[in-house]
Amino acid sequence: MITYALGFALVCFGLGLILNLWRLAIGPTVADRVLALDTMVINVIGIIVLYGIQTGLGINFEAAMLFAMTGFVGTVAFCKYLLRGSVIE
Amino acid sequence: MTGALDIILSILLVVGGLFALTGSYGLIRLKDRMQRLHAPTKASTVGLGTALLVSMFHGLMIGTGFSWQEVLVMIFIFVTAPITANYLSKVHLHSRHYDGQTPQTGVSRDWATFDQAPEDAEPQLPSRDS
Repeated sequence: MITYALGFALVCFGLGLILNLWRLAIGPTVADRVLALDTMVINVIGIIVLYGIQTGLGINFEAAMLFAMTGFVGTVAFCKYLLRGSVIE
Repeated sequence: MTGALDIILSILLVVGGLFALTGSYGLIRLKDRMQRLHAPTKASTVGLGTALLVSMFHGLMIGTGFSWQEVLVMIFIFVTAPITANYLSKVHLHSRHYDGQTPQTGVSRDWATFDQAPEDAEPQLPSRDS
């Protein structure tokens, strides 16, 4: 039963990724695009975790952790640049 | 035991997938740019949280045991999600789109992100002489 639930959750996360891509394309301001990119990172982490469940291997954890870190640092750097005009002052 | 765990984890996965889809759909659907900040937080807390929970408990089903590594990702996501939301709302506020729409603070000072703190000429360091 968990096989079907995994498929459903993977489809949901993938559809969410497409919707985020749409917002990334049409987003009226730069901040909307940054938010869409942040949500895309979240969805990709979800897909990696679900893929790790599906394969049963415990090696996808590092990829998820790396995505979380780079996504957070990237979003904060974008926001810092939009707020102050430079990333590191 | 395994059958009950199977059902519980399946329900968790379906709920998490629906929350993730709702968060991304809200990002498309909501009109105002501050409102759009609201939707993806659901995807990052409930959606990703249930996926990581299922990943933790899945080892009990297939016999490899409970895995604690996902707790690290969960803690990291739950700590950093409010920080990114705070920064993005600051970007919205400073883009002057909400000028005149922010509610009054009730005190003599403006909102903290707009308020210019009085600058000291020189930072007062505690002296070590005494």
